[in-house]
Amino acid sequence: MTDLLKIGSYDFHSRLLLGTGKFPDLDTQQRAVDASGTQVLTFAIRRLNLDNPDNPNFLEQLNVSAYTLLPNTAGAQTAAEAVRIARLAKASGLCDMIKVEVIGDMRTLLPDPIGTLQATEQLVKEGFTVLTYTNDDPILARHLIEAGAAAVMPGASPIGSGLGLLNPHYLSFVIEECAGKVPVIIDAGVGSTADVAQAMELGADAVLLNTAVAGAKDPVLMAEAMKLAIEAGRKGYLAGRIAKKRYANASSPLEMMIE
Amino acid sequence: MKFQVNGIAREVAGATTLADVVTHFKLDAKIIVIEHNLTIVPREHYANTPVAEGDKIEIVHFVGGGC
Repeated sequence: MTDLLKIGSYDFHSRLLLGTGKFPDLDTQQRAVDASGTQVLTFAIRRLNLDNPDNPNFLEQLNVSAYTLLPNTAGAQTAAEAVRIARLAKASGLCDMIKVEVIGDMRTLLPDPIGTLQATEQLVKEGFTVLTYTNDDPILARHLIEAGAAAVMPGASPIGSGLGLLNPHYLSFVIEECAGKVPVIIDAGVGSTADVAQAMELGADAVLLNTAVAGAKDPVLMAEAMKLAIEAGRKGYLAGRIAKKRYANASSPLEMMIE
Repeated sequence: MKFQVNGIAREVAGATTLADVVTHFKLDAKIIVIEHNLTIVPREHYANTPVAEGDKIEIVHFVGGGC
């Protein structure tokens, strides 16, 4: 059975999107990317250090044609800054996807919902495939879909916190709101394989993570573990879990007991 | 000639086009994007984009990042 993740005009077998920050070194990063089975890698856009332009750069070592690149607008605090970064990313000629991220508060790194919506509207008009980092807010998700977002990416908890799914109930509202329209990619805050499986069991279409792998004691092993957790959670979701009951319900027959 | 490159005043002797600036910093083989006075310049236009004293030039690239 083919179970593809569809984002805009793109189809993916893997439902794990991987960030490329904070890995201990480029070799570990490459092996983690391979182990994760991911097809989508996120990057940030920054000024080149002109005093040291030959610093090793992961993108330049990567077979870029093997992956879909998802640059982000990380660092933007207004819609205008996000749009500027997105245009720079697209001008590289390497991608037309953009992960819109407009941060409203530097301590929590929670998104600014108004700037996020404005940037999404503008970039959709300019022809980008827009994946939007947002709060676990189903109403905002509806506005993002109306604006033409190709995917809605609610955070599970603050970026890099590893706190897991703080509000699975609201995330499930977001998933319901987006169902049949655009995929939901849980983005930010997942810390463990359990978190990832939980997100997929809730009905999320994919998970984007970075720190949970890059910061693990063994990033390569964790990348593989995350791949398996995605698959387990997805299959569990498709298979349909049993309803919860308050009391026991015996699995063995209660008739014909030996007396 | 002096430009504001990535926010720092830099002398690039003899530069007349953006291509000269790229070559000066040895960036010809790199995956970069350039914004010249707030306008993005496609790579194929570096050689025919004239530069002038005090121009603001941003040279950016992709770096590791997630969320």
